[in-house]
Amino acid sequence: MSAAVQLAAAGPGLAAAGHGFLSPTGVEIAFVLVGLATLGAAVLSVTTRQLVHAALWLVVALGGLAVEYLLLTAEFIAWVQVLIYVGSVVVLLLFGLMLTKAPIGRSPDADSGNRPAALTVAVAAAGALVWVVVDAFRTTWIALDKGVQGSTAVSGESLFRHWVLPFEALSVLLLAALVGAIVLSRRSGHDSGQGVGPGPGQGKEKR
Amino acid sequence: MHLAYPAVLAVLLFCTGLYGVLARRNAILVLMSVELMLNAVNLNLVAFDVWLRDTLHAGQALTLFTIAIAAAEIGIGLAIVLLVHRNRGTADIDKLRDLADPPPAGSPALHDSMAAPTDNDADQARRARRQTA
Repeated sequence: MSAAVQLAAAGPGLAAAGHGFLSPTGVEIAFVLVGLATLGAAVLSVTTRQLVHAALWLVVALGGLAVEYLLLTAEFIAWVQVLIYVGSVVVLLLFGLMLTKAPIGRSPDADSGNRPAALTVAVAAAGALVWVVVDAFRTTWIALDKGVQGSTAVSGESLFRHWVLPFEALSVLLLAALVGAIVLSRRSGHDSGQGVGPGPGQGKEKR
Repeated sequence: MHLAYPAVLAVLLFCTGLYGVLARRNAILVLMSVELMLNAVNLNLVAFDVWLRDTLHAGQALTLFTIAIAAAEIGIGLAIVLLVHRNRGTADIDKLRDLADPPPAGSPALHDSMAAPTDNDADQARRARRQTA
């Protein structure tokens, strides 16, 4: 997967004015290293045959993304990522794995039969998108040293000054999702006889 | 920092999630791959917001909204998967073929491979339900 990074580092003549791909700054080195770890964890998370390990590799990938947000000076997003993704979404996924009686240990049928087709589609999409993105943005430079772009003060101010209405609409959506999850996972009276669920743990996926 | 680094990382993460969605069989692993794709989009949003120095901070606000919507989506999705597992005894999306088209009468040879596992899987699901009940 580092081939793409090498592809991005194809030539110093293509770089932004004064910033070559062959003379990376410290932030760029850190970004590429953490990015490689993130990508490796993501690939392991979609290819491992142990279902619980997939969720744990997802933790590594999401944590690595939080570090990338920090490197991009979006600190508030980074901490929200840690809180919500690593803190709750992965826990929900682990609960889901346990409640659907996922096999502990290797399960040989974790991948379906269309794996070669999926690999073809993913590699083709990755090749095309990397080509397009590198071609489009090889001379674009992010000035990270001109002030923090995503501190809590800045994010909060823009969120509650310009984005209040979407924010409130989103809270209504979260409430609707909460009620929907409760209604979906509630055991209704007439079909409780044929249920095969693990019993009283059914309500665990609600926050 | 070059914008190409976060953009390429987002592309590769998205394609990893794409592979997971297409190749995985367990519904919860498919949901995890969807989370990877959403995170790739988030990384793009943050990177472009920092690059453009948007005064409204639209990219970061949208990232927060995407994270909240992803949390809602994973809650509903897991509730649905648990409901399916409770009713069918399986969370394999390959076995949920109730909405598949029945093989047309004119061309049975084309759809034999599609039709055969349906009966088997229905039997298996029934057997699994009987075992666990």
